[in-house]
Amino acid sequence: MLKAFSPASHGLHINSTGLLAGLVILFWVVVAIAGPAFAPYAPGDIVDFDFYGPMSAKLWLGSDYLGRDIFSRILLGARYTVGISFAAVTIACFTGVILGMTAAALGGWFDRILSRLMDALLSIPSKLFGLVMVAAIGSSIPVLIGLLAVIYAPGSYRFARALAVNCNTMDYIAVARARGERTPYIILDEIFPNIIGPVLADFGLRFVFIVLLLSGLSFLGLGVQPPNADWGSLVKENIGGLPFAAPAVIAPCLAIASLTISVNLLIDNLPIKIRDRG
Amino acid sequence: MTKPLVDISNLTVGAETDSGRRVKIIKGVSFTVDPGEIVALIGESGSGKTTIALTLMGYARPGCSITGGKVCVGERDVVSMSEKDRQKLRGTDVAYVPQSAAAAFDPSQRLIDQVIEVSDIHKLMPRSEARAKAVDLFRALALPDPEHIGDGYPHQVSGGQLQRLSAAMALIGGPQVVIFDEPTTALDVTTQIEVLRAFKSVMRKGGMAGVYVSHDLAVVAQIADRIIVLKDGVIQEQGTTEEILHNAQHPYTRELLSAFQPAVFASLDSTAKKDDRKKGPVLEVSNIYAGYGSTGRDGLPSALVLKDVSCKLERGQNLGVIGESGSGKSTLARVMAGLLPHARGWVSFDGRELAPQANARSKEELRRMQIVFQLADTALNPSRSIADIVGRPLTFYHGLKGANRENRVIELLDMVRLPKGLLHRLPRELSGGQKQRVNLARALAANPDVILCDEITSALDTVVAAAVMDLLKDLQKELNLSYVFISHDLSTVRSICDQVMVMQSGEMVELLSNSQLPDGARHPYSKLLFASVPQLDTGWLDGLPEDIAGMGSPTENAHDARLRANS
Repeated sequence: MLKAFSPASHGLHINSTGLLAGLVILFWVVVAIAGPAFAPYAPGDIVDFDFYGPMSAKLWLGSDYLGRDIFSRILLGARYTVGISFAAVTIACFTGVILGMTAAALGGWFDRILSRLMDALLSIPSKLFGLVMVAAIGSSIPVLIGLLAVIYAPGSYRFARALAVNCNTMDYIAVARARGERTPYIILDEIFPNIIGPVLADFGLRFVFIVLLLSGLSFLGLGVQPPNADWGSLVKENIGGLPFAAPAVIAPCLAIASLTISVNLLIDNLPIKIRDRG
Repeated sequence: MTKPLVDISNLTVGAETDSGRRVKIIKGVSFTVDPGEIVALIGESGSGKTTIALTLMGYARPGCSITGGKVCVGERDVVSMSEKDRQKLRGTDVAYVPQSAAAAFDPSQRLIDQVIEVSDIHKLMPRSEARAKAVDLFRALALPDPEHIGDGYPHQVSGGQLQRLSAAMALIGGPQVVIFDEPTTALDVTTQIEVLRAFKSVMRKGGMAGVYVSHDLAVVAQIADRIIVLKDGVIQEQGTTEEILHNAQHPYTRELLSAFQPAVFASLDSTAKKDDRKKGPVLEVSNIYAGYGSTGRDGLPSALVLKDVSCKLERGQNLGVIGESGSGKSTLARVMAGLLPHARGWVSFDGRELAPQANARSKEELRRMQIVFQLADTALNPSRSIADIVGRPLTFYHGLKGANRENRVIELLDMVRLPKGLLHRLPRELSGGQKQRVNLARALAANPDVILCDEITSALDTVVAAAVMDLLKDLQKELNLSYVFISHDLSTVRSICDQVMVMQSGEMVELLSNSQLPDGARHPYSKLLFASVPQLDTGWLDGLPEDIAGMGSPTENAHDARLRANS
């Protein structure tokens, strides 16, 4: 493994695995933002008479069940998969971590009631909950984001609370309390900097879960609705091509796998700061 | 002339830092241990004493490696030995007694199984024989109820008993050399006596050689035949115990010795203004009841720690609170600071009663009384810079910001004798003494009248602790502070406090003025506590009355009773 990539003067070091994973994630982020501009065809256009067509110079990743260009559709799908998941994980972790730290710092009744509420939410199977909610309110992008955030916030809350409870018993918190500090300061300035590492790792992991759940919902036809498609819907649409080894079904699967595995690898190999003093 | 049992020659140990830089920890150390001899390695933390002791087993801690020299145990060189051979050696020829017995025992296994594990691993003898040997060792180590104590679990015995059990674990394999790594540092003084006494008699009877690692000269003086003084991985001086104690040559050894002599107490009464006295005590607690757990019907918490404690702190004076662990002295500090609301009684500051809870007190009240905790490692937020840590009270109480704040932080660091280069360091990049100074600087930043010092020198090396004590005295003169000084160590309390309160099981046993220390104590518990402080005299331990432990220490007795009831 390569030892150091970035210059030592920055004090940040990342190993080659982390670097590679980071580049893959960066690639998908760029695709999500700018991808459709580079798409050779409009995602809805039927461009080939052959369905489940093979890879060719004209259609890089073959055609789907209606003869549409899969490459263009993956470029567009990245926007939904990455965008919805990122928005959902941000909301879930933000609320979860803030509430978790508050519960740990305040303790008492606030903690007890909130924890039981979160436990109740946590006890509902996530896929079933998703199915019921989408069936009840209908599927749209804001609904999907909100739903995924609600499903994943309790886990984030539990995680942050467990970390914050440990922090809360340290003497520096006692010193801050004896000084007369208020809860927001204790949470944000004393506890948060000490749990940020594990919280970031949890953020990455949760992002992966959300990508998979979103793909799962789309696969069941409850996620992103046609004519738009995220990667999960692409797999679902083209599942019939599996017996023909069509690239139309393999390519979106590879896209999901590469994104989720890369995020996992990156959080396991986050850049470390080395402060080596004289 | 007998051949030495352990022969270490020109040993060097190196380590690699995170950025790949190589540093030398042990820089060419040579010494020998004869059969049946106990050699002490003494020095401050970071001097390499544990690292050297561990090389006797061919072991270097992760990140470290033995880079040169020879470590011969008997005929064989441990350094050049294969890892498989070393494993055979560990536990049978060389055994290790760790500092923290509580961390060395598995809480979920019976004690006896853990003690005889060594003989199981090396297949030395059948289990029944190992058990019988273990019971003999328990008896030799003066453990209560040697037949049955092994049937208990680690949490059922006291700290001192656990430490003796870990010695039994080391001795079961019949080693030639035993390494003691600060085995009494974590114990109370009264318990320390029993443990030292047990170690000494068992080593003498077995004729075993020992390497005793410690930072405490007085403890070492009781047990060691020879003393080796270490600093920064280099031997400064070695000689017999008598030579080192009475005829030290090296300046560093002398510094160690002088840190041990209790500094002369000078009352600040003469310098304090007379009219200050008239205003009455600056801090007073009266008939305090406090504890942990849910509140019962009588309004008292279920686990009551403090029972009817009253004390006063006069302006410009210092009050010492002394007692063993579990005596409630730290709880008293937490009650004063408002971190643990009391159930009954009152706390008053400058004649005005304080609310029991810190968040119900005014900012001004909080500012005037600051608390400093024992462990600077946990008292300083590991992810904030020194400038942030010391600067926060300045912003919070005095509204200082930006350059003003930074200048004041530099002033404060200077006051505690720290260079301003530390400003942007993180706590973990500082030494233990430096951290404790930052801890103190943060309290000073509030510009307080009273500082509650909770065992602030207990985790520090003797020389560093002496420097911190001097600093406290200087600051008191400059800033007209009053300290509540909590400690288990009589000599530190004696050197700074006008009055000393002795506590036992949450109650005040006796209040003594400095001039009455230590001989004026009337209460048997105070007498026991004061008599238990090790002296720099090789004959001190042997000269103590046999039944000294029987004089007090109710915790130990309670443990015995519980154990008997369980078995």
